Formats: sequence, C-alpha cells, structure tokens
Amino acid sequence: MFKLNIFLVFILIACALGVVTSQHMVRKLFMALENEKGIERKLDVEWGRLQLEQSTLIMHGRIEHIAREHLKMTVPSAASIQIVSINEADAKGLKP
Amino acid sequence: MIKPEPRQIKLSTWRSLLLFGLLVLGLISLAGRAAYLQGMHHDFLQEKGESRYSRVVEMNADRGMITDRNGHILAISSPVASIYADPKVVEIKPEQLKKLASLLEMDSAEINDRLNRENSRFVYLKRQVVPDTAEKIMKMKIKGIHLTSESKRYYPESEFAAHVLGFTDINDEGQEGVERGWQDTLAGELGRRRVLKDNKGQIIEDVENIRPPKPGQDLVLSIDRRIQYRAHAELKEAVLANNAKAGSIVVLDAQTGEILALTNLPAYNPNRRSSITNERLRNRALIDTFEPGSTLKPFTVAIAMEIGKVNANTVLQTAPGMWQVGRKTIRDVSNKGELTVAQIIQQSSNVGTAKIALSLESQTMWEMFNRSGFGTLTNSGFPGEASGILRSYNKWRPIEQATMSYGHGISTSLMQLARAYTIFASGGELKPISLLKQNMPVMGQRVISRDTAQAMSRMLEMATKPGGTAPLAQISGYRVAGKTGTAHKLVDGQYANKRYISTFVGYAPASNPRLIIAVMIDEPSAGKYFGGAVAAPVFSKVMSGALRILNIPPDAPANNVITFTATPEMGDEG
Repeated sequence: MFKLNIFLVFILIACALGVVTSQHMVRKLFMALENEKGIERKLDVEWGRLQLEQSTLIMHGRIEHIAREHLKMTVPSAASIQIVSINEADAKGLKP
Repeated sequence: MIKPEPRQIKLSTWRSLLLFGLLVLGLISLAGRAAYLQGMHHDFLQEKGESRYSRVVEMNADRGMITDRNGHILAISSPVASIYADPKVVEIKPEQLKKLASLLEMDSAEINDRLNRENSRFVYLKRQVVPDTAEKIMKMKIKGIHLTSESKRYYPESEFAAHVLGFTDINDEGQEGVERGWQDTLAGELGRRRVLKDNKGQIIEDVENIRPPKPGQDLVLSIDRRIQYRAHAELKEAVLANNAKAGSIVVLDAQTGEILALTNLPAYNPNRRSSITNERLRNRALIDTFEPGSTLKPFTVAIAMEIGKVNANTVLQTAPGMWQVGRKTIRDVSNKGELTVAQIIQQSSNVGTAKIALSLESQTMWEMFNRSGFGTLTNSGFPGEASGILRSYNKWRPIEQATMSYGHGISTSLMQLARAYTIFASGGELKPISLLKQNMPVMGQRVISRDTAQAMSRMLEMATKPGGTAPLAQISGYRVAGKTGTAHKLVDGQYANKRYISTFVGYAPASNPRLIIAVMIDEPSAGKYFGGAVAAPVFSKVMSGALRILNIPPDAPANNVITFTATPEMGDEG
C-alpha cells in the first residue's frame, strides 16, 4: 500500500511538471504568434503605403506632364489614325 | 546513587487556559478574516488581482477602400500614430523637448504648455503623425509620452475627385460625399479581446474574444479616374478662361446610367483640410439647382411629336422673332422666320418651342417632364441631393407653360438634366443613374417611343452642325448630338441682368451613344456667355478625350468637323 502511494505521488509530480512545461510552451508559441501578427500588421501598413505611392505615381496629370514635356508626345489627330475594321482585315487575309 | 526526585512545578491552571483561549481567539479571527475576504470581498479582490496581468486590447478594423471602376484607389486608410502624454508622469529634459518639437513640427512652448496641464492625465501632443516620425519619438524614450495607433484617410486624386468622395473627420466619420453616403458600408467596427500580459508587457495568452473586429467593406465606384481627370482639367481651364464663378460637369454612361465622372469648381484638396471652405465644398452638380434654359426644349418637342401634334418637318412661323402670350412677350435672339420643327431645335427658337408647347395640354407636358425625372430625386445615394422644382400642372398659366417649354420657371440639378438626356441617347428610355459600378445591365423606364427618340437625336445632331447653336461641340471622327442652354440667373426671384448660366448637354457617338456629358458654367464674365460658345467646347474636349480613353470606334470620317465663322448668334438667349 505504501509503495503504491509513493508511486502515485511520483506520477502526480510528473504530471504537474508536464502541465507546467506545456503551459510554458503554449505561452512561448503564443508569443511567437503574436510576433508574427505584429509583422503582418507592419506589412499591411507597408502595403498600404506602397499602394498610395503607386497611385500617386500613376496620377493622370503626372503622366500627361511627362509624356508632353519630357517625351514630347502628342495625341495623334483623327486624320492620322487609320481605322482597320475586323472584316477588312479578314478580307485581306491579315491575322488580328 | 540517589536519584533526585523530580521537582513538581505546579502551575496554576488558569495560565494554560488563558494561553489556550488566546490561541483559539487568534485562530477564529484569522478564519473570520479569511472568510470575509473570500466571501464578501471576493469580486473586488479578484478584479484587482487580474488587473495586474489581464488586459482588454482593441483590435483595429480598417475603413474600406474606395476604388474607381478599374480598381484604382481613390481613397485609402493608412495607419498613423497619435502622440499623447500623461502630464503627471512626464519627465523631459530641455534638449529632448527641443528635439520633440522639431520632430512634431510644433512650437516647443506649446508642447511645454500641454505637458504642464496639472489636472489632466491625458493630453494629445499631436494626432495623425506619420509612422516614421512616431518611431523616432518613441526611440527617445521620454517618460510619460506614449502613442496610440489611428488611421488616416488619403485621397491620391486630391482635388480631382474631391466632390465625389468627400472626406472623413479625424475620428474616421464620413463628412461629405461618398464617405458620408456610404458610411455604414465603409466603416469598420473595432474588435476587443481580453488577454494576459507578462511583466514585460507581452501578450502571453488569449482569454476571450469580447467582440471580433469587423473590417469596413471596399466600395467600387462607377467613376473612371482617367475621365474624371480629363473632365476636371478641362472644366478648370474653361472656368478660368471665361472668368466664371463656378462650373460643373457630369459624364454618364449612356447605356447603363453609371456616373463616369462628376466634378465641380471651385474644388478643394481633401488631403489638406485647411483648403476647405463652404463655397468649395458644394457639390454643385447634385445639390444646386438652376433653370436649365433651352436644354429643356427637346423634351417639349419630343412629347409633341410623340402624341402626333407635330413631326420633324412641320413648319411654324416664328417671325417677327417675338410672340405675345398674355401680357408677356417671348423673344428670340433674331427674327428667324418660318422654321421646321427640326430647325426650331437646331437654332433654338423660343417662339417656336412656345408655340408647340401651347398646343399641348398642360398635363401632357407635365407628365413628360415628370417622367423625364425633373422634380424627382436621382437616388444616386449622395447626401443632400436636390430634387429641383416642377410645379403641379393645374397651377400653370399659359405664359408659364410657354416659358417652361424652354426651361424657365422650372429648376433642375445638372445631374437630373444629364439623366434626362438618356431618353434621347438610349432610344426612349430613362436610365436610373448610379454611383456604384453596375455589373448587370440596367432596365430603363420607357418615356417615348424609339422612333421619336431617334428623330429627336437627328435634330440634336443638327444643332451641333454649322447652322446650329453648338458647332463648337463637334469632334473629329465622331458624330455628336446635343443642345445648348443659356439662362438668365435667378437672384432673389428676379432675373439678374448680365448674369448667365451657360449649359450644354450632349452625347456621342450619335450613331450608337455611349457617353452623355452635361456641362454647366456659372456666370461666365469674359465676354462670351452663350452655351454654344462657353460650355460646348468643354463638352467637345472632354468627350473626345473620353471616347479615346474608352477605345470607342469612330462613326464618322476624320474630316467631319466643318469649320465656320463664329457669329454672335451662337446659342440663344433662352
């Protein structure tokens, strides 16, 4: 009877230590998870900033300015545009 | 060996009893205290204990993005930090204060002032600081200075889409435009959760989710930012060139009724709140009404044709350019003599239109205007939209019916006017307009027959040819149709002298209309004021740009624009 009790006490201690360790592990992993979430938030912020930057860079006014002033581009006049209809291209055997 | 007899020490019994009693008493009081704490004070103590490690943290939920129809961002929330201080705890050295002031771009005296508010334990130093600056401030590790994260709304298109989008206030609440009209959709809901924190302030365990965060939904508008830009830029140029007080432009998709562009001047930059004034804030195209003038003539003529009173070739006498109705006289700019109905539209004759109008029952005319959407809200979802005024027909006097036929005595917003023209552009149906992108084909409401709509469309096309009132609306490579309007401005119920509103509403390509553009210029004062001279060129420029952007095939040879010499009669006095 006494031996059994000693045995059970040891098992009890082992279980208690197990609980403590697993709790510790859980907290560690949870902290890692929180860390990753923090990184996710940071990346989200970064993404938003990049989107903002992109939309500023592709502003119509800016592109038009660059095209006209730096690249000396102009809108072709209607007279210099040749409209090719699909039927005509087919008739001439051209592939679209 | 003699064993000494153990000495009996005789203690009096009361001493042991006393000791025993004292010990028991002590035990009882301890047990009582324990029971008291455990039983009566339990909740309070539990709370105190938990507050050492348990915290409720908020979970951010971002406001939804607003994008244009092609997914380009028009409004986006980006996280920023707000710096706050606890004046009771703050310890700051003079050189730190200096550095802090330069980082926050604030006066150091002002910061000092805020830090010395004795009675307060929370004071904002600055809200909405960019994250980089916030990080630098935190690196200074000043005691008592903290930050919280907030989000700030950015509008990359700045003033170009200001009136459509509106803006939010510092607490992320929509104040104007789409931001206000769709506040419930866009707004996110903060979440809360209870967590355990260790002594380093790190979260170590999730206890419960009090409320999950609900991020705001993204909104896809029907706006096309390229057309929006074109429209705003051209309108700005015209308003400046004509020294006008204000201007508005609306671009609609003729087939779906979607609003592709909507802009007004003067405008503001939503990213710089200081540029906002009441005058600049007004979304004139939707909330201001005006007398539309001659742009209303096609509706009068269309209903007369629809019920068979006239056809395009019916001849009416407009000589001598004026006509007495009751005690008032209706005038044309010049004596135009005999005109067919088509020419009345083309040359915008008030006398001709009034004569047609007075051959109609007032109820018939009212029904036409009503079904064309005048006097009723467009239901665009925009806050503060005006419905305009269309008075009940049983109160019309003949002179009122006559003037209303050419757009006086009736008021409308530019948006309503643009919507009404969907009737002619879509073969007789009034299309519902919308500010959100439509993925399904929309059903219109039939107002006039296809034949009448097409006949009217041909007349409106004539108006943009030489001999019409708006040859400046022509576009190389495309057939266009449209109508000018020039109305005296109503000021305090009186028609103001020499103050006009010039309008042009038109659509293209006339063979299969895709876009409707309505332009309104308020008080042009650089000499010209006729709709055909002031508003039509804006129409032409925006339309040609938009047609090119949307890759719409031309329906006319490139040399279709017929040059002409400008005459003072371009347009009409309405």
